[in-house]
Amino acid sequence: MTFNFFVLPFFLGLIFVVFYIIKSFAKWIGDLDDEDKTKFRNGLRSPKLFAALSEIFFECLLHRRMFRKNALLGYMHMSFAFGWFMLILVGNMESRIYSGLWVNPPYYPIFLKFFIHDKHVLPFEIFSVPGFFRFFMDLLLLFTLSGLVLAILKRSRSRWFGFRHTTKHQLTDRVAMFCLWMIFPMRLFAESFTAGAYGYGGGFATQHFGNLIAFLWPLSDKMIAYAFWWLYSLSLGIFFVTLPYSRYMHIPTEVLLVVFRNFGITPKKEYSGYSEVEVFSCSRCGVCIDTCQISSSAGIHTIQPVYFIQSIRDQQVKPDIAMQCMVCGRCLDACPVGINTDSLRIMQRKTFFRDHISDYSYLPKAVQIPKTEVLYFGGCMSHLTPSIIVAMKKILATAGIDYRMLDEDGSICCGRPLVLAGKEEQAKTLMKANIERIMASGATTLVTSCPICLRVFKEDYQLDLKVMHHTQYILEIVKKGMIPIQSYFKRVAYHDPCELGRGCGIYQEPRELLRKVADLVNVEKENNEAFCCGGSLGLLPLSGVQKDQITKDNLKNLLADQPEILVTACPLCKKTFAKHSETEVRDIAELVANSLPAINGKTGNNSLQRQKDSTFRMKAISI
Amino acid sequence: MKDFGYSINKDKQIDFDDNNKEVMNKVLRMEPSLQVCIACGSCTATCSAGQFTGFNIRRVHTFLRRGEVRFLKKEIMKCMFCGKCQLVCPRGVNLRNLILALHNSLEINGL
Repeated sequence: MTFNFFVLPFFLGLIFVVFYIIKSFAKWIGDLDDEDKTKFRNGLRSPKLFAALSEIFFECLLHRRMFRKNALLGYMHMSFAFGWFMLILVGNMESRIYSGLWVNPPYYPIFLKFFIHDKHVLPFEIFSVPGFFRFFMDLLLLFTLSGLVLAILKRSRSRWFGFRHTTKHQLTDRVAMFCLWMIFPMRLFAESFTAGAYGYGGGFATQHFGNLIAFLWPLSDKMIAYAFWWLYSLSLGIFFVTLPYSRYMHIPTEVLLVVFRNFGITPKKEYSGYSEVEVFSCSRCGVCIDTCQISSSAGIHTIQPVYFIQSIRDQQVKPDIAMQCMVCGRCLDACPVGINTDSLRIMQRKTFFRDHISDYSYLPKAVQIPKTEVLYFGGCMSHLTPSIIVAMKKILATAGIDYRMLDEDGSICCGRPLVLAGKEEQAKTLMKANIERIMASGATTLVTSCPICLRVFKEDYQLDLKVMHHTQYILEIVKKGMIPIQSYFKRVAYHDPCELGRGCGIYQEPRELLRKVADLVNVEKENNEAFCCGGSLGLLPLSGVQKDQITKDNLKNLLADQPEILVTACPLCKKTFAKHSETEVRDIAELVANSLPAINGKTGNNSLQRQKDSTFRMKAISI
Repeated sequence: MKDFGYSINKDKQIDFDDNNKEVMNKVLRMEPSLQVCIACGSCTATCSAGQFTGFNIRRVHTFLRRGEVRFLKKEIMKCMFCGKCQLVCPRGVNLRNLILALHNSLEINGL
């Protein structure tokens, strides 16, 4: 007999969840735009599929990224994911020995020990085929149970797993989690009680455990074992039914996300099928809570991506949550699933401000801009820190470069602050005005001092010229030997601006340049882990006191080694730090400029003449 | 009329029947930091939009306080949102959020 009524909860739950997943996957793939659909179709027939499969194996089953964060956490996830996967895989193989068929009903391998009681195999007989399977299956069950022990431990000792704050879960999540936790002990009990009642048929663990139960509790019989089979099936069934409505939907969705990513599908500006997959891939692990400085410094623990994404999934996005974020990208960097939390947030912000109209008709028309090779754009923020502009002018003049400054008489904002606030439509006017001016100059290189502008120039402007941050450009000049720099031998710490580092991936150039003029000390949190200065334009509602705390906490991190100068590469960071830092705060450009000999005679006049020229030019524009 | 090179200003008397303080109350609820503004005008001095046009956030605030909110929407439409004002503010007023709050509050009041 290969059927019993107790398999029904599992079987019906399985049918439900499989249909739900197929339906959702079809919908999400259908929601991709045409370009992405083509990428998906082509990807299925290309070697990218193997890259995707290998990432699925290493990330969705073995959880390598989790291991890197915390070994205990990684082991817990691996034992659950890989252990369960192997139980299913090996269980299927084992069941085929007994049924002799290639196709079995799906419940058959899951409840095999209920249907088959093999007298001829001893618990430790590992050299025969059925014996090996039996031994291996018990081993896998224990492996998975070890993960369960850790999962229960994590509830009370989350710090051992690298968490200061953990996620507050919804009811459905708790129910699903309880059922998931019950599955493996119920399987152990069901198999052990059965083996104990029959006196044979179990593996090394289940048989001995079963014998022990039979010895301690002689009343236990096949009926009690049968009850455990029911509980086992029920916990599976309820888990499957709650899966689509709980965080465990991340298990199937994550696989699709990995496939999408490997096929070259990237987040879009508008909410698409890809975003939906990202939202459902969130496992609500809560890694983003501790990473977020709004949690660690400002003490707000309810706005982090885990809750924000949950609110998107529940279709209850509140402006309070969506707006409260620096868009610094630290969570994006830490997310073990690789969800682009920043783009999701900006997408949602957009929905709030559709009705806000902007009027930039006052912007002067671009007229006759003198042709030049190199165009320098300070950006609004650099105008607040004029020493950066002065330094850049000195460097460019010393190098004898023919350049013009685009925003000598005040900049038209690059549009990134509007984009960050979710007003992308409004930003387009500003972008257009800047693009007109940049293209009219006929420049081949655009250098900017502001990483915020740099990012938007690179991502949204689609300029047909080389866009560089000043650190990159100065390094290029230095490497060509165009300026005579000398080292200060001062100890300096470098702060990675969010938009320059995580935003544009520029970590090495500023450091290489700094090492040429000063003595760079290491900082605890640097490169992709660097803290935000707290001045971020992505953040809107946070109060001044809380922002100051973010700045102060970062200063503690940066100045731990007591450097003589704190160096950054962003005018906004400089301005923000200068308010609270007792150590001198400088931009890289200033350091380089100070190491140059003073401009005298001809060079000086030249630069003055240029300055006059560009002032005149900008006046012409404003008229 | 003959142009003497000057004109007579309109009556500046505040009409409390016509003024709308509702907008200000909403804005203050949404962005309480505005309470500490000392009207120093640093924000206006540094304003990016102010370089090109007569946009004056200090004046916007004055009129908001008085409840003369009719022309405010047209004014704040000029803001480029660059955030310079916020950095120079000696009182730490969250000006970018203030502009958003003003947008929202005017919208709620149908202005």
